[in-house]
Amino acid sequence: MITVDNLSKNFLLHILGEKRIEACRAVSFRVPPGGFLGLSGPSGTGKSTVLKCLYRTYLPTGGAIRYDSAAWGPVDLATLPDRAVIDLRHREMGYVSQFLKVIPRVSALDVVMEPILTRNGVSREAARQRATRLLEQLRIPRHLFDAYPATFSGGEQQRVNIARAVSWKPRLLLLDEPTASLDRGSVEIVLDILKEMRGEGTTMIGIFHDTALLESVTDSVYSIC
Amino acid sequence: MQLHEWLADDRRQDDTARSSGYPFGFMDDGAKKEIRRSILKAVAIPGYQVPYGSREMPIARGWGTGGLQITLALVVPDDILKVIDQGCDGSVNAVNIKKFVAKVAGVAVTTDTGEATIIQTRHRIPEERMTDRQILVLQVPYPEALREVEPSEMETRRMHAEADYSRMWLHLYEDIVNFGEITISYRYPVTVNGRYITDPSPIPRWDVPKLHMADTLFLFGAGREKRIYAIPPHTAVEPLEFEDHTFRTENFAGKTCARCGAADTFLDEVIDNIGGGRSYFCSDTGYCDKRSVTWNR
Amino acid sequence: MEPLIRVRGLSKRFGPGCDRCLDSTGPEHDTNVCPHCDSVTACSDLSFDLFPDEALGIVGESGSGKSTLVRLLHFEWEASGGSMELHRGGAAALWPEIFADQDQFSANLLTMSQFQKRQIRNALMGIVYQNPHLGLRMQVSSGGNIAERLLGAGWRNIAGMRERAAELLERTEIPVRRMDEPPCNFSGGMQQRVQIAKALSNKPLILLLDEVTTGLDLSVQARVLDLIRNLRREFKLSMLVVSHDLGVVNLLCQRTMVLKSGRVVEEGLTDQILQDPQHRYTQLLVASQL
Repeated sequence: MITVDNLSKNFLLHILGEKRIEACRAVSFRVPPGGFLGLSGPSGTGKSTVLKCLYRTYLPTGGAIRYDSAAWGPVDLATLPDRAVIDLRHREMGYVSQFLKVIPRVSALDVVMEPILTRNGVSREAARQRATRLLEQLRIPRHLFDAYPATFSGGEQQRVNIARAVSWKPRLLLLDEPTASLDRGSVEIVLDILKEMRGEGTTMIGIFHDTALLESVTDSVYSIC
Repeated sequence: MQLHEWLADDRRQDDTARSSGYPFGFMDDGAKKEIRRSILKAVAIPGYQVPYGSREMPIARGWGTGGLQITLALVVPDDILKVIDQGCDGSVNAVNIKKFVAKVAGVAVTTDTGEATIIQTRHRIPEERMTDRQILVLQVPYPEALREVEPSEMETRRMHAEADYSRMWLHLYEDIVNFGEITISYRYPVTVNGRYITDPSPIPRWDVPKLHMADTLFLFGAGREKRIYAIPPHTAVEPLEFEDHTFRTENFAGKTCARCGAADTFLDEVIDNIGGGRSYFCSDTGYCDKRSVTWNR
Repeated sequence: MEPLIRVRGLSKRFGPGCDRCLDSTGPEHDTNVCPHCDSVTACSDLSFDLFPDEALGIVGESGSGKSTLVRLLHFEWEASGGSMELHRGGAAALWPEIFADQDQFSANLLTMSQFQKRQIRNALMGIVYQNPHLGLRMQVSSGGNIAERLLGAGWRNIAGMRERAAELLERTEIPVRRMDEPPCNFSGGMQQRVQIAKALSNKPLILLLDEVTTGLDLSVQARVLDLIRNLRREFKLSMLVVSHDLGVVNLLCQRTMVLKSGRVVEEGLTDQILQDPQHRYTQLLVASQL
């Protein structure tokens, strides 16, 4: 499904006297369709960098990211034109960041409904039902559904974030510490949801700082050092 | 008179009209030629304002010099001239212009619309339907219909060139929003031949429909503003209107001319200074005269 | 997917120009004024595509050529060079004459007659300026301002235009009962919303937004941005969002182009521009964000 070959990423900071920072180098791995790969390694070794290169928030410096897309066939995410990346993000690639990128003045329910509405081509009512079910499953109190997530606690924000990322059932899901700010109970729920998605065939690549957790949910682990 | 008839006519060679001491028709040949060329261009592009070199006339600018120059450039010895001012043959300006042209071109004059070959007018179109053997010359104070909405000449020319008329329409929209109707009472803007928005000169709305698909050639002369434009015969002339606020003429329902009894003419309201009573008279005196002869009999 | 409009080599110079203009200006010289002939290269060789239903961000400091770009695309200024072509899907039915047989894209719109440009602009484009005085007639009623665009597109029914104006004002959160008031009675935020209503009146394919929130109070800015975001989703608009504020672009645009001294220094996905800027100037811009 996805083959990363000798991926490297350097930052060249012009405004800090041409300072060069090496974020990751020689990363190679492969994830089969429906597989779940964990990325491990001490902090600062570039786990997040790899995910961001895959999602193209970072422009890879070297190497290739071959992805068998449903829409376009095999593509190299490292060099794919911007428009095609936008299209893949829209159709099949999901990303869960460590923190909710808050969209100002949009209610929690709308935050979760929005990707369903724009991507899955279902009615407003069906989208509302799916979003409601997810938020309930993630134990967001009902009275918060129409509040703005900017005012939520860290854990609540993160659960909304996860709901938003999985609501539209992406084909490939990139998870950057999705459970970092969650309590034990919430973590279990998130893992159940991920398991459910895998059952439906979603391929995943994830970073979890809890090693035990990492090993329990993924089928293989790639360590970066 | 048609051109070929005129060319075939020997009397044209007769120079008796020059007895006034001026060239025939007052203006020199060069001036007449330029004005005729401008008229031709105006006829070729209906509604388009053709700039021309307006000459000094023995009357002041703003007193009908534009119309007068067109009349003088067109007049031939056989013409029969009628001049009216707001429908009236007897107004001082009309009489003076008529006398002047009669003197410098030696033409006959009349007050009968049907008899005239050239009619010069200020602010009215005669009631009697004109024919294809007649020309109506209209005096124009402000030739630019868009001036109401745009003070710059450069900008109005651009607007005409690009048929960018939304501001004129907006002006009418605002009128309707503010007053419930279009409040323009005279100089009502018209679209000529589906292209140029044109000022029909300060004729009342009553006269506007007469311009549409007429048999007569209408020539417009603005002496002070140095523009000539034309509405040729059988040309579509549509007053600006909305589907749900259509153009309306003045309503004289129930009123008749106190002198000739006409119920289908544009009427002037006259208030009796002593008794304060209102009465109405035809604005077109020539027409009224003709009718009253029959009516009073 | 094919772009809705394709812009290539767009340039605008003010002044006589000389052989050395292009080599003496640009981001590496940090100026757009030629030291040899004092001509201003307001923008040079801008090329980009705008896709259907896409918001493209244009960021840069003042003098970078952002507003020049908008004025060229809106046919307000004559370009010194370059082309702007429209995809067949956008307008072939309206103006078959501008499309050569078989070609997917129209002839260069920038070299067409003023008359044609006006027609294309009236039918396809909407614009919202930073300064409402540029986009609105302050003495004409708000409904009239909206009607003006409709009148330009050939509407001749007062009731129909008022209905459409009311609909748009409602959509842009202006009380409909104030429709017959002139915008000079309104606050800055309201004026901006009337401008948006006017820009949307002819159901444009392309909406040009030139610093629409600059100079507004923060809370008012937020409402205007929310409105734009919702309208984009609803009307499937292609937007060109010009702003010096990275936050605005981040909120509205998937792709962003960075201008500096009249040249494109960088373009990419908006999140990439913000998190992994490549060019020195973009890095500076991102680092100086509040």
